[in-house]
Amino acid sequence: MRIGVVTFPGSLDDSSALRAIRLAGGTPVPLFHASDDLMEVEAVVLPGGFSYGDYLRCGAISRFAPIMSSIIIAAEHGFPVLGICNGFQILCESHLLPGALTRNQGLHFVCTDQPLTVENISTPWTSGYALGQRLVIPIKNGEGSFQASAETLIELESEGRVALRYADKNPNGSKNEIAGITNARGNVVGVMPHPEQAVESLTGPSTDGLAFFTSILQSLVGR
Amino acid sequence: MALDTVAIASEQPNTLQPWRELGLKEDEYSRIKEILGRRPTASELAMYSVMWSEHCSYKSSKVHLKQFGEKAPHSDALLVGIGENAGVVDIGQGYAVTFKIESHNHPSFVEPYQGAATGVGGIVRDILTMGARPIAVMDPLRFGLADAPDTRRVLPGIVAGVGGYGNCLGLPNIGGEVVFDETYAGNPLVNALCVGVMRHEDIKLATAHGTGNLVVLFGAKTGGDGIGGVSVLASETFASGKAAKRPSVQVGDPFAEKVLIECSLEIFAEDLVIGIQDLGGAGLSCATSELASAGSGGMSIQLDKVPLRDPSLSPEEILMSESQERMCAIIEPAKLSRFMKICKKWDVTATVIGEVTAGKHLEITFNGELIVDVPPRTVAHDGPVYNRPIAKPAYLDSLVPTELPTLDTPDAIKAELLSLIAAPNIADKSWVTDQYDRYVQGNSVLAQPEDSGMVRIDEQTHLGVAISTDANARWSYLDPYNGAKLALLESCRNIATTGAKPLAVTNCLNFGSPEDPGVMWQFAETVRGLADICLEMGLPVTGGNVSFYNQTGAVAILPTPVIGVLGVIQDVRARTKMGIPSAGLQLIQIGNTGDNFSGSEWAHLHGQMGDHAPTPDVGTEVRLIELLLEAQPLFESAHDLSDGGLAAALTEATLRNNIGATIGLPGEFIPGGVAAALFAETPGRVLIAVDPINLSALEVLAAKYEIPLHALGSTGGDALVINHASISLTELRAAYTETLPRLFG
Repeated sequence: MRIGVVTFPGSLDDSSALRAIRLAGGTPVPLFHASDDLMEVEAVVLPGGFSYGDYLRCGAISRFAPIMSSIIIAAEHGFPVLGICNGFQILCESHLLPGALTRNQGLHFVCTDQPLTVENISTPWTSGYALGQRLVIPIKNGEGSFQASAETLIELESEGRVALRYADKNPNGSKNEIAGITNARGNVVGVMPHPEQAVESLTGPSTDGLAFFTSILQSLVGR
Repeated sequence: MALDTVAIASEQPNTLQPWRELGLKEDEYSRIKEILGRRPTASELAMYSVMWSEHCSYKSSKVHLKQFGEKAPHSDALLVGIGENAGVVDIGQGYAVTFKIESHNHPSFVEPYQGAATGVGGIVRDILTMGARPIAVMDPLRFGLADAPDTRRVLPGIVAGVGGYGNCLGLPNIGGEVVFDETYAGNPLVNALCVGVMRHEDIKLATAHGTGNLVVLFGAKTGGDGIGGVSVLASETFASGKAAKRPSVQVGDPFAEKVLIECSLEIFAEDLVIGIQDLGGAGLSCATSELASAGSGGMSIQLDKVPLRDPSLSPEEILMSESQERMCAIIEPAKLSRFMKICKKWDVTATVIGEVTAGKHLEITFNGELIVDVPPRTVAHDGPVYNRPIAKPAYLDSLVPTELPTLDTPDAIKAELLSLIAAPNIADKSWVTDQYDRYVQGNSVLAQPEDSGMVRIDEQTHLGVAISTDANARWSYLDPYNGAKLALLESCRNIATTGAKPLAVTNCLNFGSPEDPGVMWQFAETVRGLADICLEMGLPVTGGNVSFYNQTGAVAILPTPVIGVLGVIQDVRARTKMGIPSAGLQLIQIGNTGDNFSGSEWAHLHGQMGDHAPTPDVGTEVRLIELLLEAQPLFESAHDLSDGGLAAALTEATLRNNIGATIGLPGEFIPGGVAAALFAETPGRVLIAVDPINLSALEVLAAKYEIPLHALGSTGGDALVINHASISLTELRAAYTETLPRLFG
């Protein structure tokens, strides 16, 4: 099962996302921003990092990369896309997901092992979790505070489109403790925590992130 | 102003030149005239002034540093030694590792964010230049007192700068130090370490040879930032009343560096360069003269080809600019088009600015006019050497022994322990380290606050490296010779405590003014101690950095040799962590405690320095390291005892996983009593937790290595109980974690 990971200039967690796909049993495929060729992958991960140095706004420049034009069209037809951290920011800038990620409330970059609860298990990226399951996954960002209009928040909540929520403590001032959301169709998911950094007990605080990658593989098999 | 050419310099020998303003001494200026047989041009003067600065030429330290060569132990591991951008060691399986620490102290005082950020950027480029992929960074930082007003200006900016740059490069920050002492007020120390990995065959050197090969500048365009940074900032003390020196600090663009790293690694992978040098301190002056000097000598550069961010820059400014994120490569003409293609892929500007010539001189032209014509060795390697006066400082004759309270009651134990762990030097540093990404790249096996940072090198074979940086500046103040030895031994112990074998050493020697004979004595003693201990331990020094002039007025910083030790671990899955993992384990202290209060954090808390550093017992330390490595499978956790002694180690080990401990300290058996047992900083000790069923096996090994074990108690519960003094973990955590957030927000 071929899963792509896009490298933009300034992507940092691309190698970790490729590793996570491999550990989950998939075939990781590196994709480069400057090509619009999706290389016959069946799903794609937009990894964390500081694409284009976060200049202008996080994700604002990457959104115009040739590969994004292919991804945006595919996503509108149900192609599974996971955006992690900077990838989430790119998805918001691309309008595949609503809202925006803004400067953390404390104005600092925060790297910590973050408790989370799973709020939606109907997406192809979260189907391997149990509803309400508690996870510990690293967050590491300077602009992770999820903000959206009151109407958008009502829409997200009423449609059950909050995928992950911060537990115990809101680390950055996100509205409704939102750590991740999905689009109405459920194929596009954006999360601020880094599941690809919680796939091995040796290097992560847990292996709680691995199910994002096993979920997508199982979803693609069952399709 | 008219261009000052070589022809004009010959015709007009008496032109007044600003050599003094550029930091040169009169005899140094005379020497330049002697070398050239005429006065230097403005551009030559600029080059010599930056390259002969203390920062670049090591003119005050050279005579001492040569001991690292004279006393070097035999090492099969050393692939590239001192002199290149960074040393390289063999770690087996065909892998080579390069690592180095550098200082960026003065720029970080002037402009904390950019100073610290470009410090990280510079050391990362040094590692990249060796042909290696940078894999992790560490940052030993030192500040004035935590509650001093200027610390509140400097610390948040420095921490944000280290994080802002390093995080954006995708390099995990896996360790370092945060230390406060009043002598660093006005002179914060920002030391940055980077480690990189490559295959043996990929090692690159800074050399230019092969007549007709091209000199290519690639990376960021050249601007007016950082002009004279090394000569102006790093080689002078800050005196009040002088004009602001802010423009001398470079401005960093980590995104440009990240792209430069990926671009360079792709270029290296296709073997497209003959030699490579990064542009750091002294910019193009340094890169061209060092490349030419290390090669056959001849090089011609057309300075007007250098892409500029600011077109108004004069040739001297272009030569001195320390604009960041630039590299200089020597390339065969046949490989140029492939080189350019890779640069284009990463949107990196690359320009041919010259070529290697058959001559012996570095010749630089600007719009066709010859403005530099020098033997490159005289610029890069044959700078002035000073054997500066040395005198043992008077303060050493008026030191007084410590006089500290005894701990007779549970209340006294509790009160002293809580105040110690809340002291800024001991308290939890998460406020700082949570601003650094420790996870990126997915290979960080251990990161701060663990005893060493550890990175997996190979996912299939599980090979990894560990790094620790240490300094105990108060011991160095009391006894610089032994202070340096103790810092290295502590660093080795930290490596071994996590399960890795020490392999090589780097250092960053931070001192006051070399023109002060007392400071120079501290420096000489430190280098002597470090060279001796490396020989005794059989560890090669792979490189290092000297930072002088860290003083405000007549007050120098504590002598601060920061020692970095690299270790190798064959299977990272076997590493040992510092936190007690479960209840029902035996807590044991390896090694004896003495009444070593001098220079300790507890003595400092009571306003005392004491009168002597501990005497290192190298034989015992070597056996301790052997014991740690052999007994590692028996440990459930292990934590080195250093700053704050056993009290700090117990606090950190219990709070890590929130598992308490109950211990008894029979004070009558320890010189200094219970107070020493808890707070003395006797070296050569480790706190371990072991399963009771492994105890006898451990005792056998300890006996084999003649290392004493002391049973302290057992793990479990939700309190730390010491001789009937019970401190709930909640109370312990509050004391330990609240200090830095309270001070810095």
